[in-house]
Amino acid sequence: MAVESGNVTSFIVEASEYPDLVRKYQVSGVPKTMVNGQVEILGARPEEDFVRTAVGAAAVS
Amino acid sequence: MPILSPSDAARVREMLANLPAPVRLVFFTQTLNCETCEPTKQILGELAELSGQITIEERNFLLEGDLAAAYGIDRVPAIAVVGAQDYGIRFLGIPSGYEFMSLLDAIQVVSAGDSGLNEASRAMIASLESPVALQVFVTPT
Repeated sequence: MAVESGNVTSFIVEASEYPDLVRKYQVSGVPKTMVNGQVEILGARPEEDFVRTAVGAAAVS
Repeated sequence: MPILSPSDAARVREMLANLPAPVRLVFFTQTLNCETCEPTKQILGELAELSGQITIEERNFLLEGDLAAAYGIDRVPAIAVVGAQDYGIRFLGIPSGYEFMSLLDAIQVVSAGDSGLNEASRAMIASLESPVALQVFVTPT
């Protein structure tokens, strides 16, 4: 998504190294994606489902 | 002793054999209080030996804080994957296990400047008018 739009940044975070972020975003399973730190996407989703959720989340966050 | 086994190194070399354009891995590190910085440096060094298109640009997180901030990086080890342009792709933590595979994917995507996403996804992303910051949490295994 980051390659497709200058509006998107993507951070891949190694959860076990950053317990502060894990606590902050209540990460109890991986993969877990946070969109703008507010909306969560759990697990691996089909591509379009993931993109639709992320884009939709951006609109409301 | 290398982190990548000879067979893993051979497989990675094959995966990266057709990178169409150079990729720069801007690696932010520090000497003290960072257990995974040194092994990350070693993995990146081994990775760069497997493709002539990959270069490692090592930066000191403490001494080059302004640069780190410009890349949106506030902790180490961290890697910015930069191609013909900076697409905003970052890795926080040591890229081992699953995260190493994700790094290889990111290198391929950034080198090509092509996400590989389908048309419907591209159209949705193109409609974005405000910033979207994704944080994808993964674990090494």
